[in-house]
Amino acid sequence: MRYLPLTPSDREQMLAKVGVASIEDLFLDVPEVARLDGPIHNLPFAQGELAVERHMQRLSNASMAAGSVPFFCGAGAYRHAVPASVDHLIQRSEFLTTYTPYQPEMAQGTVQTLFEFQSQVAGLLACDVANASMYDGSTACAEAVVMAARVTKRTKVVFSGGLHPHYRRAARTLAKHSGLEIAGLPIAINDEAAVLAAVDQNTACVVVQCPNVFGTLTDFTELAKAVQAKGALLIAVFTEAVAFGLVTPPGEMGADIVAGEGQSIGNSLNFGGPYVGLFATKDKYVRQMPGRLAGETVDADGTRGFVLTLSTREQHIRRDKATSNICTNSGLCALAFTIHMTLLGDKGLKHLAQLNHEAACETADAVSAIDGVELLSESFFNEFAVRLPGDAAKAVEAMAAQDVLGGVPYSRLRQEPGFENVLLIAATETTTAEDIASLADTLKKVI
Amino acid sequence: MAMNNVGRPTAAVANDAAAPTTFSGARGLLQPTSLIFETGSIDRTGVDLPPVKGVKSRLGGLARTTTTGNPGLSEPEAVRHYVRLSQRNYAIDLGMFPLGSCTMKHNARLNEKMARLPGFADVHPLQPVSTVQGALSVMDQLSHWLITLTGMKAVALSPKAGAHGELCGMLAIRAALDAQGQAHRRRVLVPESAHGTNPATAVQCGFIVDEIKAAPDGRVDLSDLKTKLGDDVAGIMLTNPNTCGLFERDIREIADLIHAAGGYFYCDGANFNAIAGRVRPGDLGVDAMHINLHKTFSTPHGGGGPGSGPTVLSDALAPFAPVPYVVTRADGTLDLVEHEGDSEGEPFGRMVAFHGQMGMYTRALTYMLSHGADGIKQASEDAVLNANYVQACLKEHMSPAFDGVCMHEALFDDSWLEGTGVTTLDFAKAMIDEGYHPMTMYFPLVVHGAMLIEPTESESKASLDAFVASMTGLAKAAKSGDTARFTGAPFHAPVKRLDETRAARKPVLKWSPPVEANKIAAE
Ligand SMILES: Cc1ncc(COP(=O)(O)O)c(C=O)c1O
Repeated sequence: MRYLPLTPSDREQMLAKVGVASIEDLFLDVPEVARLDGPIHNLPFAQGELAVERHMQRLSNASMAAGSVPFFCGAGAYRHAVPASVDHLIQRSEFLTTYTPYQPEMAQGTVQTLFEFQSQVAGLLACDVANASMYDGSTACAEAVVMAARVTKRTKVVFSGGLHPHYRRAARTLAKHSGLEIAGLPIAINDEAAVLAAVDQNTACVVVQCPNVFGTLTDFTELAKAVQAKGALLIAVFTEAVAFGLVTPPGEMGADIVAGEGQSIGNSLNFGGPYVGLFATKDKYVRQMPGRLAGETVDADGTRGFVLTLSTREQHIRRDKATSNICTNSGLCALAFTIHMTLLGDKGLKHLAQLNHEAACETADAVSAIDGVELLSESFFNEFAVRLPGDAAKAVEAMAAQDVLGGVPYSRLRQEPGFENVLLIAATETTTAEDIASLADTLKKVI
Repeated sequence: MAMNNVGRPTAAVANDAAAPTTFSGARGLLQPTSLIFETGSIDRTGVDLPPVKGVKSRLGGLARTTTTGNPGLSEPEAVRHYVRLSQRNYAIDLGMFPLGSCTMKHNARLNEKMARLPGFADVHPLQPVSTVQGALSVMDQLSHWLITLTGMKAVALSPKAGAHGELCGMLAIRAALDAQGQAHRRRVLVPESAHGTNPATAVQCGFIVDEIKAAPDGRVDLSDLKTKLGDDVAGIMLTNPNTCGLFERDIREIADLIHAAGGYFYCDGANFNAIAGRVRPGDLGVDAMHINLHKTFSTPHGGGGPGSGPTVLSDALAPFAPVPYVVTRADGTLDLVEHEGDSEGEPFGRMVAFHGQMGMYTRALTYMLSHGADGIKQASEDAVLNANYVQACLKEHMSPAFDGVCMHEALFDDSWLEGTGVTTLDFAKAMIDEGYHPMTMYFPLVVHGAMLIEPTESESKASLDAFVASMTGLAKAAKSGDTARFTGAPFHAPVKRLDETRAARKPVLKWSPPVEANKIAAE
């Protein structure tokens, strides 16, 4: 077995040193009924690289790769061009094969990149402070909700109807067992007034999204003030981080907690994971934050260095009183994010965001020119919603049969009467004029 | 002096001068580093993009007018920045990383290569299922392996890490209790040796934590457990092998007791790597167990994630598994059940957007196919043998926390350091100078000054012998009064010992421009 260095004679010598006759003697604490007499049945035996690669390649071939066809799916995961150096750098042994930086003196590479990551995320979102990553955007949103309840000591949560349905479900799953009462508003493209109306003196937070799941952009500045005046927090969610190269960031709108998905910077689609949750807030709430934080300090010689800090919030110190149970987070995806962001810089990010917006504008024009297709999003960044004359899932299936991945039917996220015909379409810098023409042609044919 | 024919000296001359401080700040191969905020600039970029067209914007008046403040670097500068930083990290690819409970085993590069195949890495989670049959096959095959290796009924793949898997299992228990009209059961028994995520998870699910004591042999104190049973008990969260590196030999009795009391048995499977292929948790009475793919199945830790925490479930809990999950339709195609309403069971909800950590599924499946049922069993046995060998070699020099053989990790306490002036922390920092990542320290909490050593099956006998020699040398130095070697350590790391107290007292959690930083300092 290529991965196991011990030879049979090593094993014999080592058993002798331990003072036992056979390996079985090391497993005597296992109850007799649970001891197996050989390898588990129904599973294959070891194989060489070639055989394994053949097996995996066959499976890979059985999926339609996004890059091989005109591609317009978004709804929380976006296909961007990631510079080759990003994937090369994150595969360096010293980054890839190390652990959480519990011993900072031999992990300055990791802790400093996390510190830079936090700084970049705070700058991107215009927030005071960001953590070192969450699992993904949806779990970041869920943690933001329970954090808001902790901060306000209130128990009601208001979800906007424009929130990504998976985020809403994931947050509900976590929140309902923390004794929180959930007020989910009807699905709507814009429901600012309804959100505010739902806030009462027991409301811990409202959860809004910009750009929302329909792509629509909303200025939450006034809503944030009104919500805060009632003693609640505004949680701003996002699923497309590139947007904030061009769109007013949630921190500038006065959001108390910002939680979202960082996948689109540095990370591939990966069929949904691993991704990287971004989590930011105001300084005054930092001790209520979930997740790891890297901070600056000095060593015994006074030289600058970085460590994980404020860990008295965390499970390994506080156990049942911790702010969250999160331990392993998304370190390597955060590294990919920070490297890509460093390559872009402010200038590159703005340029990239502009290209995304232009691609989406052109796609929206092409699609809404089709008879019977109605554009639902008045404003948007790189994703918008249209209403088709018929069922959107059927249209997407029919387009896929013609090798066009034409978007995500809203019904895929949530089965909601009245939204069966809604299609979400995203375009990025990877979208070409030919892709847009194929989409328009194919969509016209299938509806 | 030996010279070559152009007069260049070629022989080294003995020299006992102290190492000078360099003008560059470098120390030979160790290059100086700075922050991107100090070297980069706001108008520099390392990405060439096509020109913008000037299409009329449709941002609805929400155009950003401020800078992100994030500097850019050209590609060569960026590559150098991150390569220099990487050289300040230790890694399993450099040497032994005996961090107990964390299972730092070799990360095969075939797994990386397979995870990057376009049919896995470049597919969108919401493409029509007809276009992602290969990706769904990976999930289906991984499920088969996990269910077969554990002897359980079903597996929920979507949890994003071990702690998230704990949440999954405990929420399934909550849902099962609610369905039985047993919602009043709120108390969860957690041994004091448990990992911090266990009590934190229980509380997140709305449970109350009741600690059970450890017996003098490092296992659950059965008599204490019995006194804590009652009709308000929801279940137990027990790690097996436990965090002391010991197999809970009364595990079947514990399972029977908890079941008889009307509760469920959650097993923390972080240490499954000791028994995979040899023992099936389903045969031990377990109702739910997470598996850290980033431990047992070697998906790389990446400096703190991503992980993946698939959670296997018993017959009793399987109906409550969260969405989404993969099913096989009558025509043999694979499909996803994504909406709670479409499920034949009673899902407790959804834990994440999309379907979990696909990139980790492909790596873990590649590991499983490579090892096979036989190799997985052998890996567990070698991991246990390596830990016992280290324990046997070190037991005369350090104090094992418990008598007898261990599983995949060897636990020592600090009683052997008594009177030396050296703490567990000091000892750990001296290991850095020896070129080893320290073992897990001060965990589990049931042992004073704990040192938890997990070599894994990836170490050769020669590697273990070198480690033992180094540890023995340190142990002797500590006992012979060479205290400075420890209290001043590390001496040979890129930085000296870092001041963690200062970091927490006045947190600096992001970079600020010098003017602002000065202002903050002056306040
Ligand atoms: C015993 C034990 N339980 C649970 C966990 C949590 O797993 P994760 O870090 O993947 O969330 C760990 C690892 O850190 C562990 O060692």
